[in-house]
Amino acid sequence: GAGQDVGRSCILVSIAGKNVMLDCGMHMGYNDDRRFPDFSYITQNGRLTDFLDCVIISHFHLDHCGALPYFSEMVGYDGPIYMTHPTKAICPILLEDYRKITVDKKGETNFFTSQMIKDCMKKVVAVHLHQTVQVDEELEIKAYYAGHVLGAAMFQIKVGCESVVYTGDYNMTPDRHLGAAWIDKCRPDLLISESTYATTIRDSKRCRERDFLKKVHETVERGGKVLIPVFALGRAQELCILLETFWERMNLKAPIYFSTGLTEKANHYYKLFITWTNQKIRKTFVQRNMFEFKHIKAFDRAFADNPGPMVVFATPGMLHAGQSLQIFRKWAGNEKNMVIMPGYCVQGTVGHKILSGQRKLEMEGRQILEVKMQVEYMSFSAHADAKGIMQLIRQAEPRNVLLVHGEAKKMEFLKQKIEQEFHVSCFMPANGETTTILTNPCIPVDISLGLLKRETAIGPVPDAKKPKLMHGTLLMKDNSFRLVCPEQALKELGLAEHQLRFTCRVHIQDPRKEHETGLRVYNHLKGGIWDGYPASQIIPKKKKKTLNLDYLVQHLPDGSITVESILIQATAHSEDQGTKVLLVSWTYQDEELGSYLTSLLKKGLPQSTP
Amino acid sequence: QQHEDLSTKKLRLTKPSKSAALHVDLCKATSPADALQYLLQFARKPVEVESVEGVVRILLEHYYKENDASVRLKIASLLGLLSKTAGFSPDCIMDDAINTLQNEKSHQVLAQLLDTLLVIGTKLPENPSVRMRLVEVACKHLTDSSHGVRNKCLQLIGCLGPVEKGVAKEAESQAAKDVQKIIGDHFNDQDPRVRTAAIKAMLQLHERGLKLQQAIYSQACKLLADDYEQVRSAAVQLIWVLSQLYPESIVPIPSSNEEIRLVDDAFGKICHMVSDGSWVVRVQAAKLLGSMQQVSSHFLEQTLDKKLMSDLRRKRTAHERAKELYSSGEFSSGRKWGDDAPKEEIDTGAVNLIESGACGAFVHGLEDEMYEVRIAAVEALCMLAQSSPSFAEKCLDFLVDMFNDEIEEVRLQSIHTMRKISNNITLREDQLDTVLAVLEDSSRDIREALHELLCCTNVSTKEGIHLALVELLKNLTKYPTDRESIWKCLKFLGSRHPTLVLPLVPELLSTHPFFDTPEPDMDDPAYIAVLVLIFNAAKSCPTMPALFSDHTFRHYAYLRDSLSHLVPPLRLPGRKLVSSAVSPSITPHEDPSQQFLHQSLERVYNFQHLDPRGIQELLEFTIRDLQRLGELQSELAGMADFTATYLQCQLLLIKALQEKLWNVAAPLYLKQNALASAAAKQILEETYKMEFMYSGVESRQVVIIHHMRLQAKALQLIVTARTTRGVEPLFGMCEKFLQEVDSFQRCFISELPHMQGSFVDKLLDLMPRLVTSKPSEVVKILQTTLRQSTFLHLPLPEQLHRATANIIEPTGESDNPLRFTSGLVVALDVDATLEHVQDPQGTVKVQVLYPDGQAQLIHPKPADFRNPGPGRHRLITQVYLSHTAWTEPCQIEVRLLLSYDSNRSKASTRIPKSTWSESLEALPPSENGIEGTIPFSKPVKVYIMPKPARR
Repeated sequence: GAGQDVGRSCILVSIAGKNVMLDCGMHMGYNDDRRFPDFSYITQNGRLTDFLDCVIISHFHLDHCGALPYFSEMVGYDGPIYMTHPTKAICPILLEDYRKITVDKKGETNFFTSQMIKDCMKKVVAVHLHQTVQVDEELEIKAYYAGHVLGAAMFQIKVGCESVVYTGDYNMTPDRHLGAAWIDKCRPDLLISESTYATTIRDSKRCRERDFLKKVHETVERGGKVLIPVFALGRAQELCILLETFWERMNLKAPIYFSTGLTEKANHYYKLFITWTNQKIRKTFVQRNMFEFKHIKAFDRAFADNPGPMVVFATPGMLHAGQSLQIFRKWAGNEKNMVIMPGYCVQGTVGHKILSGQRKLEMEGRQILEVKMQVEYMSFSAHADAKGIMQLIRQAEPRNVLLVHGEAKKMEFLKQKIEQEFHVSCFMPANGETTTILTNPCIPVDISLGLLKRETAIGPVPDAKKPKLMHGTLLMKDNSFRLVCPEQALKELGLAEHQLRFTCRVHIQDPRKEHETGLRVYNHLKGGIWDGYPASQIIPKKKKKTLNLDYLVQHLPDGSITVESILIQATAHSEDQGTKVLLVSWTYQDEELGSYLTSLLKKGLPQSTP
Repeated sequence: QQHEDLSTKKLRLTKPSKSAALHVDLCKATSPADALQYLLQFARKPVEVESVEGVVRILLEHYYKENDASVRLKIASLLGLLSKTAGFSPDCIMDDAINTLQNEKSHQVLAQLLDTLLVIGTKLPENPSVRMRLVEVACKHLTDSSHGVRNKCLQLIGCLGPVEKGVAKEAESQAAKDVQKIIGDHFNDQDPRVRTAAIKAMLQLHERGLKLQQAIYSQACKLLADDYEQVRSAAVQLIWVLSQLYPESIVPIPSSNEEIRLVDDAFGKICHMVSDGSWVVRVQAAKLLGSMQQVSSHFLEQTLDKKLMSDLRRKRTAHERAKELYSSGEFSSGRKWGDDAPKEEIDTGAVNLIESGACGAFVHGLEDEMYEVRIAAVEALCMLAQSSPSFAEKCLDFLVDMFNDEIEEVRLQSIHTMRKISNNITLREDQLDTVLAVLEDSSRDIREALHELLCCTNVSTKEGIHLALVELLKNLTKYPTDRESIWKCLKFLGSRHPTLVLPLVPELLSTHPFFDTPEPDMDDPAYIAVLVLIFNAAKSCPTMPALFSDHTFRHYAYLRDSLSHLVPPLRLPGRKLVSSAVSPSITPHEDPSQQFLHQSLERVYNFQHLDPRGIQELLEFTIRDLQRLGELQSELAGMADFTATYLQCQLLLIKALQEKLWNVAAPLYLKQNALASAAAKQILEETYKMEFMYSGVESRQVVIIHHMRLQAKALQLIVTARTTRGVEPLFGMCEKFLQEVDSFQRCFISELPHMQGSFVDKLLDLMPRLVTSKPSEVVKILQTTLRQSTFLHLPLPEQLHRATANIIEPTGESDNPLRFTSGLVVALDVDATLEHVQDPQGTVKVQVLYPDGQAQLIHPKPADFRNPGPGRHRLITQVYLSHTAWTEPCQIEVRLLLSYDSNRSKASTRIPKSTWSESLEALPPSENGIEGTIPFSKPVKVYIMPKPARR
């Protein structure tokens, strides 16, 4: 889900052999099987638990967690489900509400039950912000603050040195009750970002807030009533805080009500999770918890008929049913009153009709309702806009970006922008499509301390910037990599050491005795003959002399000559006494020196004898 | 060497404690832990300057022996501490300190030693060769593998590196030549702490006056993308410094052929940092933006620009829409959903989502999550707007938006900012509307700041004025305590916009061409507010009074009298000008009242050879004149009062002395004694008032005041000598007096030549005699000198203001007693304005006097004082009252006191430094420290009634 689409977010990520499912949402637009993600994509007949290592839920909106009980209880999944503490607290309330509406109101069967929600929540593991949770030995996840709604989080999933960041929904501008999303420079291989507002750059929040407050204030001063239809969670709290502080600041007396039920319950959680809110609320809660509203009281049906000004928050947000519609019908006739729609309305709802300017509404029972009250629209949305998305990408510095949760056309634009600005590749798969991203993983190798010390002692002082060449044996054993010295490797593997030697015969015309030839060779090698040696070219001139001595040239009593490990023996040719055969033999480590000596000897010995 | 030995030896004899004890302790120490304990104990006690070197030697000796790194570390840190000792010159221990570096293996100890060297280096600012050596040492250790050591090295180079090129050339070796390059190399160090230290060292060099090279700029730009916030934060600073150094150089834009000015480029880069991930960096960046005034206006205006779009179509911001609506002459209907519907399509290629330029930096900054960033952004806006009027105009919308911030501090800051730039701007009606909405804020500070803002804003239309008036009146009814500040606000609003007020007058006064309207209630604050507006507008609009009705004229006369500070003199038909306003053509020098002041003083000083009677009369008259003058001319009030007080003192002194009866035996003339002692006491009090209640008093005046005080003390001594029997108590008093004369001489030695013929002058001549003679003789001499001494001329300073306080609340008018249960407390709100009080937090106290004579002194919290303008303060505090039960309500008195302490006398800070340091040593500090209080506000009576507790 969520591929070039909004709703039923559900993303599968396979990273370094681990499979993680990100979000498990439902789709608002469908009432059939399409409302839930198609879990048969994961596996046809095996158990989900075997296939998935964990499930992560970013926040409590139903399009991100609505299919969770279905997935875990009805399809069957017993592995861990990760979400933040506030999400864990609020999620079951919403699920229960969703279940009630579908089962009790619409009368659907074959839906998950309350018990299933409870069982499902038992599988949830709650995480804290910035807490690194080890799912198993290799897979670890970490939550970052995402704004958007209470408890919304971005998750970093990391296996070895490969990592993915999933943003869920996030908001880069702070609002009245939540802060802005933040992530450190974690440089993930892939950033999966929402892109709801991929083609929008929004105006400052302040203007909207000011307009909203001004309109409410004016109406209340006129003695009018203000109706604000909201959904229970998220924006409702923001607007409550906004009005509450405004009332406090301006010393207003008109009552504010919010409809009881869900909102009340949710407010309770907002009170508890103060650490998840914005700076102002966090700083002042010692004196007073901002969610303990002084001016906002619970609404009772009878209050709607009270005289005098008042402000009422009522559910649902699109005026299609319930309390908000009831109040709307009562107040619509008076031009002093006002209704403020703080969000988007689906076509067909009363909210959409009045927003598009319809003044006469046909209600059920052929009643005609004339709308005289003022109708205002205010957009309060908590998604990052295009600039915000770019800002997050800049903060996290990912190597690849993948866009989800948005419309294809809009994503196209943003994708192009991202590729242009950051020079990283960007993907936008449709539902069911798989994107493969090649990573360049670094593989950690353990090195034994002894070897490290020995190797660093050779050559120049280690410089952190420059790579350094080391000799050792790479042991791949028991799923781990180790760099050890050859002797140890041999010992561990129980192998005998073999030596590889190259031998070569050089024929020299030399009538003298064998040992004399040997002596000549010895003297020749002892002299300054290293100028042609390739290794000597990289050594600075002044060091050459000292180095020369380092090649230990020895004349052994048996007549053979050694240069380091290279052995040279002179023997008389079996057929031709005037020709001496020089046997040169070297180990493969000294290949360079050996071949050089051979070529040197092939040129013959100098004529002048000492 | 010999000498050194000698001195240490001598030291051990006289002060054997320090070094010797330490040595013994350290030798005794069996384990490193023990030694560490001894050192820790040792560090707690201060070390005398003379013994520092000895102690250092012992420590070093021990240092070489010690194997434990922690002990060596402690020793190293102690060395640093000891070198800081005032008066000790650490060059003698430098060699040893450098030597210790060579054999040290522990990185921590190395770092600490370098720190010590840094201390030593900073103690020897005049020694370039030492510094060079230290820098060389530091350079050597820059390759150390520990970040701590490299850190310290860079710090040392930054603090001690050569600043002047010329001097350095000769003295130093190749390595130390280019400190900038050395430091610059460490910009790429692998450890972020070292990178930070490198940048800081660079900044340090800049602070010390080295001109940084422009080449660093590109390096610093790279550091802006560092992973660590402290590096980025420091880099932002460095970029800012460079942009100030080379504003006009040209730098290329990467990935294009264009080039821009460096300051513009830097501005763009810093703007970019306003959306950094770390809020510390954001604050830093936002702050620095404010001080980049050379940036070109094109870039500046970009900071407020944020192109909106919706579904790829260009959208106008709310600000633009508001502006358009305003210019098209209609108000926002706001009723349509599609009101903000996006208009034209945007070319997708042209949209730049993350601009490298300055785009929208302030838009981001002002919307930031952290209020620290928002405040910094507002401050920066303020500074930039002050220097650029066109920018001020542009940023107005954003500032107005900030009036609705959720944090009060931010709101307050933005209101203040707006006030500061208000000269450059004119508010549009819709903006004014938003501004005025804040008048209903429940915070007093916000409202008052807003009143201040309205005082100096320009409004463009008469509707605007009307709107402002209506909102202010609404504010008045909601918060009646704001009365004063609203009236003041309307005063300025009226005088700034006379032509806009004119068409509103009939409506405001509700006059009707044909009908008489009822006369409004004169005591209604709202009506007064309207009148204040109108009268102030009428001052520069002569046609306005024609619109007034009869009662308006009557009310004018009343208000002109009762609220003269708010109502200006008007040229009304058929009426003389109430007070002759000083026409601006007369310079203060020719000002007749000023002349009068000087003339009368002249008279007093010149005719001092008159007979005593005459002098007395003259003084009395002059005092009376001066007091009246002070009442009439408010700008001369301070001056007149000050001199009047001085003359009063003189008068008292003359009166006390001139009686011939002094010569007769004392006990018979108790009355005389009473008079004289009362006079002495009063003179003392008055001198304290003169010294501490006036701001602008200079040292010349302080001398005279102290001199007068000395005379009063002499008088006191004489009176006591006459009334007490026996000589014993007199000895002490005489000695004390002589000490005071002595300290007077020390304090004011530079002023003495101006005091020819004065009391002190004569006294000092007689000093040798006085010291040796008996008390009775001393008294006699004093008496004659007092009488013969001349009257000192009191020179007047340029500006002299008397500290005044006015308690606005409680008003003292209420007849309803404040009832509370006895034993419990009741909070009384006190609101007062203070003028010309220096350091009110430390000096102003509230006194509460209960009817039973009990007095309570309350120190208001420092936070209770606000500073609305220069020289003005406002005290808003709560005073807690409590008392046992009374049978009926009674009045208590509340007043403000100015406390003083003659120790921190103005004299001490004013006299030249050289004499001060001498007298500091000689003067026992608390010898003549007299603490006292001067009441400086009218007492206000509050009716209270503590009821007995009900059981």
